[in-house]
Amino acid sequence: MTIHLPELAKKLINQYQKQFPLTSQPYLAMAEQFDCSEQEVMDCLALLSEQDVISRIGPVFDHKKAGASTLAALAVPEDKIDEIAEIVNQFEQVNHNYAREHSYNLWFVVTAANQPLLDQAISAIEDASGYPVLVLPMEAAYHIDLSFDINFEQPRKALN
Amino acid sequence: MSVSTCQSEQTSTQESQTITTLERQYILLTQKGLPLVASPYKAVAEELGISESDTIAMTESLLARGIIRRVAAVPQHYKLGYTFNGMTVWDVADEVASEMGKKIGNLPFVSHCYLRPRHLPDWNYNLFAMVHGKSAEEIEQFRSQIKQILQPVLQTHNNKSDDMLTSSKILKKTGLRLGKSRKSEA
Repeated sequence: MTIHLPELAKKLINQYQKQFPLTSQPYLAMAEQFDCSEQEVMDCLALLSEQDVISRIGPVFDHKKAGASTLAALAVPEDKIDEIAEIVNQFEQVNHNYAREHSYNLWFVVTAANQPLLDQAISAIEDASGYPVLVLPMEAAYHIDLSFDINFEQPRKALN
Repeated sequence: MSVSTCQSEQTSTQESQTITTLERQYILLTQKGLPLVASPYKAVAEELGISESDTIAMTESLLARGIIRRVAAVPQHYKLGYTFNGMTVWDVADEVASEMGKKIGNLPFVSHCYLRPRHLPDWNYNLFAMVHGKSAEEIEQFRSQIKQILQPVLQTHNNKSDDMLTSSKILKKTGLRLGKSRKSEA
Protein backbone atom coordinates (compact mmCIF):
# COMPACT_ATOMS: atom_id res chain seq x y z
CA MET A 1 0.00 0.00 0.00
CA THR A 2 2.81 2.41 0.81
CA ILE A 3 4.17 4.12 -2.23
CA HIS A 4 7.92 4.60 -2.45
CA LEU A 5 8.69 7.98 -3.83
CA PRO A 6 12.00 9.36 -5.00
CA GLU A 7 13.49 12.14 -2.86
CA LEU A 8 12.74 14.74 -5.53
CA ALA A 9 9.06 13.78 -5.48
CA LYS A 10 8.85 14.19 -1.71
CA LYS A 11 10.52 17.57 -1.86
CA LEU A 12 8.28 18.74 -4.70
CA ILE A 13 5.14 17.68 -2.88
CA ASN A 14 5.99 19.31 0.41
CA GLN A 15 7.38 22.44 -1.11
CA TYR A 16 4.83 22.98 -3.85
CA GLN A 17 1.52 21.79 -2.47
CA LYS A 18 1.00 25.33 -1.22
CA GLN A 19 2.23 27.59 -3.96
CA PHE A 20 4.07 27.31 -7.25
CA PRO A 21 6.46 29.98 -8.41
CA LEU A 22 4.26 32.20 -10.54
CA THR A 23 6.62 32.71 -13.42
CA SER A 24 6.81 31.86 -17.07
CA GLN A 25 8.79 28.68 -16.42
CA PRO A 26 7.75 27.40 -13.00
CA TYR A 27 9.39 24.00 -13.41
CA LEU A 28 12.71 25.64 -14.16
CA ALA A 29 12.39 27.68 -10.97
CA MET A 30 11.73 24.48 -9.01
CA ALA A 31 14.66 22.75 -10.67
CA GLU A 32 16.96 25.55 -9.62
CA GLN A 33 15.84 25.19 -6.05
CA PHE A 34 16.43 21.45 -5.97
CA ASP A 35 19.53 21.44 -8.07
CA CYS A 36 18.22 19.28 -10.88
CA SER A 37 17.05 19.83 -14.44
CA GLU A 38 13.74 21.30 -15.56
CA GLN A 39 13.06 18.07 -17.42
CA GLU A 40 13.59 16.02 -14.26
CA VAL A 41 11.01 18.13 -12.41
CA MET A 42 8.50 17.76 -15.22
CA ASP A 43 9.11 14.02 -15.51
CA CYS A 44 8.71 13.62 -11.78
CA LEU A 45 5.44 15.57 -11.73
CA ALA A 46 4.17 13.65 -14.75
CA LEU A 47 4.88 10.37 -12.98
CA LEU A 48 3.20 11.57 -9.78
CA SER A 49 0.11 12.57 -11.78
CA GLU A 50 0.08 9.28 -13.60
CA GLN A 51 0.25 7.40 -10.31
CA ASP A 52 -2.47 9.65 -8.91
CA VAL A 53 -0.19 10.76 -6.09
CA ILE A 54 -1.00 14.28 -7.12
CA SER A 55 -4.49 14.91 -8.40
CA ARG A 56 -3.82 18.14 -10.17
CA ILE A 57 -1.10 20.63 -10.96
CA GLY A 58 -2.47 24.11 -11.32
CA PRO A 59 -4.87 26.63 -9.83
CA VAL A 60 -7.10 25.60 -6.95
CA PHE A 61 -10.26 27.67 -7.15
CA ASP A 62 -12.35 28.91 -4.29
CA HIS A 63 -15.73 27.40 -5.14
CA LYS A 64 -17.50 30.07 -3.20
CA LYS A 65 -15.90 32.92 -5.10
CA ALA A 66 -15.75 31.28 -8.49
CA GLY A 67 -19.44 30.49 -8.12
CA ALA A 68 -21.75 29.23 -5.40
CA SER A 69 -21.22 26.08 -3.40
CA THR A 70 -22.25 24.24 -0.29
CA LEU A 71 -21.55 21.14 1.70
CA ALA A 72 -24.59 18.87 1.71
CA ALA A 73 -25.60 15.60 3.30
CA LEU A 74 -28.25 12.92 3.00
CA ALA A 75 -29.42 10.42 5.56
CA VAL A 76 -30.25 7.26 3.66
CA PRO A 77 -30.73 3.64 4.76
CA GLU A 78 -27.39 1.78 4.84
CA ASP A 79 -28.45 -0.70 2.19
CA LYS A 80 -29.37 2.09 -0.18
CA ILE A 81 -26.11 4.04 -0.01
CA ASP A 82 -24.66 2.85 -3.29
CA GLU A 83 -27.88 3.28 -5.17
CA ILE A 84 -28.49 6.82 -3.91
CA ALA A 85 -24.80 7.75 -4.30
CA GLU A 86 -25.02 6.80 -7.93
CA ILE A 87 -28.04 9.06 -8.42
CA VAL A 88 -26.30 11.93 -6.65
CA ASN A 89 -23.06 11.43 -8.58
CA GLN A 90 -24.87 11.82 -11.87
CA PHE A 91 -25.23 15.50 -11.14
CA GLU A 92 -22.31 17.36 -12.64
CA GLN A 93 -22.75 19.94 -9.85
CA VAL A 94 -21.64 17.32 -7.32
CA ASN A 95 -17.89 17.18 -7.08
CA HIS A 96 -17.01 15.30 -3.93
CA ASN A 97 -19.00 12.52 -2.43
CA TYR A 98 -18.00 10.56 0.65
CA ALA A 99 -19.80 7.83 2.52
CA ARG A 100 -19.46 8.61 6.22
CA GLU A 101 -20.42 6.72 9.32
CA HIS A 102 -23.31 8.67 10.79
CA SER A 103 -27.07 8.86 10.33
CA TYR A 104 -26.18 11.48 7.73
CA ASN A 105 -24.13 9.05 5.72
CA LEU A 106 -23.67 10.66 2.29
CA TRP A 107 -21.65 13.87 2.22
CA PHE A 108 -20.95 15.85 -0.89
CA VAL A 109 -20.16 19.31 -2.23
CA VAL A 110 -22.53 20.98 -4.66
CA THR A 111 -21.27 23.83 -6.84
CA ALA A 112 -22.95 25.99 -9.44
CA ALA A 113 -22.28 29.24 -11.25
CA ASN A 114 -24.54 31.19 -8.87
CA GLN A 115 -26.90 30.81 -5.90
CA PRO A 116 -30.19 30.34 -7.82
CA LEU A 117 -28.60 27.58 -9.89
CA LEU A 118 -27.22 26.03 -6.71
CA ASP A 119 -30.68 26.03 -5.11
CA GLN A 120 -32.10 24.46 -8.26
CA ALA A 121 -29.48 21.74 -8.22
CA ILE A 122 -30.25 20.93 -4.58
CA SER A 123 -33.98 20.65 -5.31
CA ALA A 124 -33.22 18.44 -8.27
CA ILE A 125 -31.06 16.19 -6.07
CA GLU A 126 -33.91 15.96 -3.55
CA ASP A 127 -36.36 15.03 -6.30
CA ALA A 128 -34.08 12.47 -7.87
CA SER A 129 -32.97 10.83 -4.61
CA GLY A 130 -36.23 11.10 -2.71
CA TYR A 131 -34.46 12.37 0.42
CA PRO A 132 -34.23 15.85 1.93
CA VAL A 133 -30.79 17.44 1.61
CA LEU A 134 -29.09 18.87 4.70
CA VAL A 135 -27.58 22.10 3.37
CA LEU A 136 -24.52 23.39 5.23
CA PRO A 137 -22.99 26.35 3.40
CA MET A 138 -19.75 27.80 4.66
CA GLU A 139 -20.21 30.87 6.85
CA ALA A 140 -16.55 31.40 7.57
CA ALA A 141 -13.34 29.58 6.75
CA TYR A 142 -10.33 29.50 9.03
CA HIS A 143 -7.87 27.39 7.13
CA ILE A 144 -8.72 26.72 3.58
CA ASP A 145 -5.56 25.81 1.77
CA LEU A 146 -6.39 22.13 2.08
CA SER A 147 -2.77 21.30 2.55
CA PHE A 148 -0.79 20.04 5.49
CA ASP A 149 2.76 18.86 5.86
CA ILE A 150 3.23 15.37 4.59
CA ASN A 151 5.20 13.21 6.97
CA PHE A 152 6.98 10.82 4.62
CA GLU A 153 9.11 9.18 7.28
CA GLN A 154 7.02 8.25 10.26
CA PRO A 155 9.30 9.45 13.04
CA ARG A 156 10.41 12.63 11.36
CA LYS A 157 8.89 15.97 12.13
CA ALA A 158 6.97 17.75 9.39
CA LEU A 159 9.14 19.53 6.86
CA ASN A 160 8.91 23.21 6.24
CA MET B 1 -28.37 32.39 11.79
CA SER B 2 -25.70 33.68 14.01
CA VAL B 3 -22.20 34.97 13.92
CA SER B 4 -20.94 38.19 12.52
CA THR B 5 -17.88 36.67 10.87
CA CYS B 6 -19.90 35.75 7.83
CA GLN B 7 -20.51 39.37 6.95
CA SER B 8 -17.11 40.23 5.65
CA GLU B 9 -17.14 37.14 3.54
CA GLN B 10 -20.54 37.86 2.08
CA THR B 11 -19.62 41.41 1.10
CA SER B 12 -16.34 40.46 -0.43
CA THR B 13 -18.10 37.79 -2.45
CA GLN B 14 -20.37 40.36 -3.96
CA GLU B 15 -18.03 43.29 -4.45
CA SER B 16 -15.29 43.33 -7.04
CA GLN B 17 -15.52 39.58 -7.30
CA THR B 18 -17.17 39.73 -10.67
CA ILE B 19 -15.48 37.31 -12.95
CA THR B 20 -14.91 38.54 -16.49
CA THR B 21 -15.72 36.44 -19.52
CA LEU B 22 -12.04 35.94 -20.19
CA GLU B 23 -11.45 34.87 -16.59
CA ARG B 24 -14.30 32.41 -16.81
CA GLN B 25 -12.63 30.96 -19.90
CA TYR B 26 -9.38 30.76 -17.97
CA ILE B 27 -11.14 28.86 -15.17
CA LEU B 28 -12.73 26.46 -17.62
CA LEU B 29 -9.37 25.86 -19.29
CA THR B 30 -7.40 25.31 -16.10
CA GLN B 31 -9.82 23.77 -13.62
CA LYS B 32 -8.38 20.36 -14.32
CA GLY B 33 -4.84 21.67 -14.14
CA LEU B 34 -2.20 23.49 -16.13
CA PRO B 35 -0.61 21.71 -19.07
CA LEU B 36 2.61 20.02 -17.96
CA VAL B 37 4.90 21.86 -20.37
CA ALA B 38 7.89 24.11 -19.73
CA SER B 39 5.81 27.28 -20.23
CA PRO B 40 2.32 26.40 -19.03
CA TYR B 41 0.98 29.97 -19.01
CA LYS B 42 2.08 30.43 -22.59
CA ALA B 43 0.06 27.37 -23.56
CA VAL B 44 -3.01 28.73 -21.76
CA ALA B 45 -2.40 32.18 -23.28
CA GLU B 46 -2.52 30.72 -26.77
CA GLU B 47 -5.90 29.14 -26.04
CA LEU B 48 -7.22 32.41 -24.66
CA GLY B 49 -5.77 34.49 -27.48
CA ILE B 50 -3.87 36.80 -25.13
CA SER B 51 -0.21 37.19 -24.20
CA GLU B 52 1.68 35.04 -21.74
CA SER B 53 2.33 38.01 -19.47
CA ASP B 54 -1.37 38.91 -19.47
CA THR B 55 -2.17 35.33 -18.50
CA ILE B 56 0.27 35.44 -15.61
CA ALA B 57 -1.16 38.83 -14.58
CA MET B 58 -4.67 37.34 -14.70
CA THR B 59 -3.53 34.49 -12.47
CA GLU B 60 -2.06 37.00 -10.03
CA SER B 61 -5.26 39.00 -10.01
CA LEU B 62 -7.42 35.91 -9.41
CA LEU B 63 -5.08 34.94 -6.57
CA ALA B 64 -5.17 38.42 -5.05
CA ARG B 65 -8.97 38.38 -5.14
CA GLY B 66 -9.08 34.94 -3.55
CA ILE B 67 -10.82 33.34 -6.52
CA ILE B 68 -7.73 31.16 -6.89
CA ARG B 69 -6.56 29.92 -3.50
CA ARG B 70 -3.21 28.71 -4.72
CA VAL B 71 -1.45 27.39 -7.79
CA ALA B 72 0.08 24.15 -6.69
CA ALA B 73 0.66 20.44 -7.00
CA VAL B 74 -2.31 18.99 -5.15
CA PRO B 75 -1.42 15.71 -3.44
CA GLN B 76 -3.85 12.85 -3.05
CA HIS B 77 -3.42 12.32 0.63
CA TYR B 78 -4.95 8.89 0.38
CA LYS B 79 -2.20 7.71 -1.94
CA LEU B 80 0.44 9.07 0.41
CA GLY B 81 -0.71 6.79 3.17
CA TYR B 82 -3.18 9.20 4.75
CA THR B 83 -5.97 6.70 4.35
CA PHE B 84 -7.89 7.89 7.38
CA ASN B 85 -9.78 11.13 7.48
CA GLY B 86 -12.26 12.35 9.99
CA MET B 87 -14.68 15.21 9.75
CA THR B 88 -14.77 16.39 13.33
CA VAL B 89 -17.85 18.46 14.13
CA TRP B 90 -18.46 20.59 17.21
CA ASP B 91 -21.32 22.42 18.84
CA VAL B 92 -19.51 25.57 19.91
CA ALA B 93 -21.03 28.63 21.56
CA ASP B 94 -21.66 31.23 18.86
CA GLU B 95 -19.87 34.07 20.67
CA VAL B 96 -16.54 32.26 20.54
CA ALA B 97 -16.99 30.19 17.38
CA SER B 98 -14.89 32.47 15.22
CA GLU B 99 -12.05 32.74 17.72
CA MET B 100 -12.03 28.96 18.20
CA GLY B 101 -12.17 28.37 14.46
CA LYS B 102 -8.95 30.29 13.99
CA LYS B 103 -7.28 28.36 16.77
CA ILE B 104 -8.35 24.96 15.44
CA GLY B 105 -7.59 25.91 11.82
CA ASN B 106 -4.00 26.56 12.85
CA LEU B 107 -3.39 23.05 14.17
CA PRO B 108 -0.91 21.33 11.85
CA PHE B 109 -3.07 18.24 11.29
CA VAL B 110 -6.21 20.18 10.35
CA SER B 111 -6.53 20.63 6.60
CA HIS B 112 -9.57 22.85 6.72
CA CYS B 113 -11.83 24.36 9.28
CA TYR B 114 -15.22 25.94 8.61
CA LEU B 115 -18.12 27.51 10.40
CA ARG B 116 -21.49 26.29 9.10
CA PRO B 117 -25.11 26.80 10.15
CA ARG B 118 -26.86 24.44 12.59
CA HIS B 119 -30.07 22.76 11.51
CA LEU B 120 -31.81 21.94 14.75
CA PRO B 121 -32.98 19.46 15.74
CA ASP B 122 -31.27 17.29 13.11
CA TRP B 123 -27.86 18.87 13.09
CA ASN B 124 -26.43 20.82 16.00
CA TYR B 125 -22.77 21.21 15.01
CA ASN B 126 -21.50 24.54 13.75
CA LEU B 127 -17.71 24.10 13.64
CA PHE B 128 -16.12 21.62 11.23
CA ALA B 129 -12.46 20.59 11.23
CA MET B 130 -11.08 17.96 8.89
CA VAL B 131 -8.22 15.80 10.15
CA HIS B 132 -6.06 13.35 8.23
CA GLY B 133 -3.92 10.52 9.49
CA LYS B 134 -2.30 7.21 8.74
CA SER B 135 -4.30 5.20 11.24
CA ALA B 136 -7.60 5.22 13.08
CA GLU B 137 -5.70 5.81 16.35
CA GLU B 138 -3.93 8.81 14.90
CA ILE B 139 -7.13 10.61 13.90
CA GLU B 140 -8.74 9.69 17.25
CA GLN B 141 -5.78 11.32 18.91
CA PHE B 142 -6.15 14.47 16.78
CA ARG B 143 -9.80 14.58 17.75
CA SER B 144 -8.89 14.49 21.44
CA GLN B 145 -6.39 17.29 20.97
CA ILE B 146 -9.12 19.44 19.41
CA LYS B 147 -11.51 18.46 22.17
CA GLN B 148 -9.09 19.62 24.83
CA ILE B 149 -9.07 23.06 23.29
CA LEU B 150 -12.82 23.27 22.73
CA GLN B 151 -14.03 21.59 25.92
CA PRO B 152 -14.74 24.83 27.82
CA VAL B 153 -16.96 26.23 25.07
CA LEU B 154 -18.81 23.12 23.93
CA GLN B 155 -22.59 23.14 24.11
CA THR B 156 -24.95 20.23 24.20
CA HIS B 157 -28.02 19.80 22.03
CA ASN B 158 -29.47 16.34 21.40
CA ASN B 159 -27.25 15.01 24.20
CA LYS B 160 -24.18 15.39 22.04
CA SER B 161 -21.65 18.16 21.78
CA ASP B 162 -19.29 16.72 19.19
CA ASP B 163 -18.75 13.88 16.80
CA MET B 164 -16.29 12.58 14.24
CA LEU B 165 -17.55 11.30 10.93
CA THR B 166 -15.01 8.99 9.40
CA SER B 167 -15.20 8.24 5.74
CA SER B 168 -15.83 4.70 4.76
CA LYS B 169 -15.67 5.23 1.03
CA ILE B 170 -14.85 7.88 -1.56
CA LEU B 171 -17.75 7.80 -3.98
CA LYS B 172 -16.79 10.67 -6.22
CA LYS B 173 -13.91 13.10 -6.29
CA THR B 174 -13.27 15.67 -8.98
CA GLY B 175 -12.02 19.21 -9.08
CA LEU B 176 -14.18 22.26 -9.48
CA ARG B 177 -16.60 22.11 -12.36
CA LEU B 178 -18.15 25.35 -13.44
CA GLY B 179 -20.89 24.69 -15.93
CA LYS B 180 -20.00 23.57 -19.43
CA SER B 181 -18.37 20.52 -17.94
CA ARG B 182 -16.27 18.50 -20.28
CA LYS B 183 -17.47 15.05 -19.51
CA SER B 184 -14.27 13.37 -20.48
CA GLU B 185 -13.42 11.64 -17.24
CA ALA B 186 -15.25 8.79 -15.68
